[in-house]
Amino acid sequence: MTDFESCLGCAESDGAAAHAAPDRLATREPPPHRPVPAVVSLTVVPGKGKAGERERETLHVEAGEVVCVVGPTGSGKSRLLGDIECLAQGDSPSGRRVLVNGEAPKPEWRFAAHQKLVAQVSQNMNFVVDLSVAEFIAMHAECRQVADPRRIAREVIACANDLAGETFGGGVSLTQLSGGQTRALMIADTALVSASPIVLIDEIENAGIDRKRALALLVAREKIVVISTHDPILALMGGRRAVVRHGAVAAILATSAEERTHLARLQEIDQAMLDLRQRLRTGERVGALPPILSGTKPWTR
Amino acid sequence: MRLITVAGPPSVGKTSVIVKTAKILVERGARPGVVKFDSLSTSDDVVFRRAGLQVAVGLAGGVCPDHFFVSNIDDCVQWADRAGLDMLIAESAGLCNRCSPHIRGVAAVCVVDALSGVHTPRKIGPMLKLADVVVITKADIVSQAEREVFAHHAHLANPKAALLFFNGVTGQGAAELAHHLAAAPRIAALEGERLRFPMPSAVCPYCIGETAIGRAHQRGNVRKMTFEDTAL
Repeated sequence: MTDFESCLGCAESDGAAAHAAPDRLATREPPPHRPVPAVVSLTVVPGKGKAGERERETLHVEAGEVVCVVGPTGSGKSRLLGDIECLAQGDSPSGRRVLVNGEAPKPEWRFAAHQKLVAQVSQNMNFVVDLSVAEFIAMHAECRQVADPRRIAREVIACANDLAGETFGGGVSLTQLSGGQTRALMIADTALVSASPIVLIDEIENAGIDRKRALALLVAREKIVVISTHDPILALMGGRRAVVRHGAVAAILATSAEERTHLARLQEIDQAMLDLRQRLRTGERVGALPPILSGTKPWTR
Repeated sequence: MRLITVAGPPSVGKTSVIVKTAKILVERGARPGVVKFDSLSTSDDVVFRRAGLQVAVGLAGGVCPDHFFVSNIDDCVQWADRAGLDMLIAESAGLCNRCSPHIRGVAAVCVVDALSGVHTPRKIGPMLKLADVVVITKADIVSQAEREVFAHHAHLANPKAALLFFNGVTGQGAAELAHHLAAAPRIAALEGERLRFPMPSAVCPYCIGETAIGRAHQRGNVRKMTFEDTAL
């Protein structure tokens, strides 16, 4: 193929050329491998709130920490996560700047997929691509320079089936998955394919997936984890929580010892609700409620 | 005068990208104007004027939009000069993916949208492959995984280009693009300069208004398709 033709791109569809190189992306040399830099800290330098007022709190997170983001709907939780995801440099609506290891990140960290610092399980689970699940996950793994894309795709699908109720195979189209299946797939993809040192989770809904196991999968050691949530269990699982109001971080609270002691009980209630849901789903009747839900079990532990 | 060519398929958000970026450039003391190239009609001049930008419009009509562009761009630069502008952004729709208005020594931007599918970056020809900056719009609408795959494919199609995400609604990415545009090379005139890539070429009866279909009318510079069963 001449330079002219290769630049033209459309030469690919010209009979013989198409047979010689059915997939030019696959045959092209991958970009040189540059490992993701070690991240020891993440700092969100204050910007401004929705009414233009200065944000007061600086959010500083160190590796190994789980920080939650709480606040009413529309208060700006997703915006905060969005700023971290794109490593904003005063160019987002909030005007925040995100520092990695105390410095402004290099431009290539912001945009190169194979050395992205941030992996995100976002509320946005849309796909427009018309590919099977296995094809797409393998394609994503290739971008992230994972050694064996096909093997990792199988692992991601197995893992997603483990998290979601109704199982699916690798041959099914991405756009045919249910909401819960898509969510489970993206959580498994984030955990297994995107080996980024910073993980953002924008609300893991209870519907359809096993939240506790999903979290265990995502919250690996030495990572920085930021979880936006309305859920008391998730909110108390973090070491600290940032309270967002009118588009700005208004306060940062450390989870108290008392709050931590409530966590075990809340998880027990959550598990009982999950069991109940599972029984209803499979067509069973609900007889006597388990003690923790019927109120017969005393509140004190 | 700094000239910037901005090209991209229809409806990717080129106009929003330019309006949001020009706002920042104006805040930084630049005097940007826009020339909008389109085929049959446009109402984008109203959008640019409402944003306080001086604008010229060029409609190609029955002529190949690329040929129309290259025959007029130097006149646009002279107009911008007379209008007291110090930056001219030339917006043109890449109507056939083969279009490429990029000029040597002139900053070149290609805008693509993440909704067009992960295979699109390699289907777009010199318009994307020879750009200095590739702007990806509507990336917030797809999942992070699809966004990453799309950006990666754009990077493979043009490894040298700076790649940036742009939210045409919120303006996120505008500051970064403004930074690139402010560093565009200065030019006085385009006389004697060269395109980065030849225009789609054809001199045949259809170029001058032939509408009849049939071998008898396929004269001059005609390119025929080959099929697997007739290739031998």
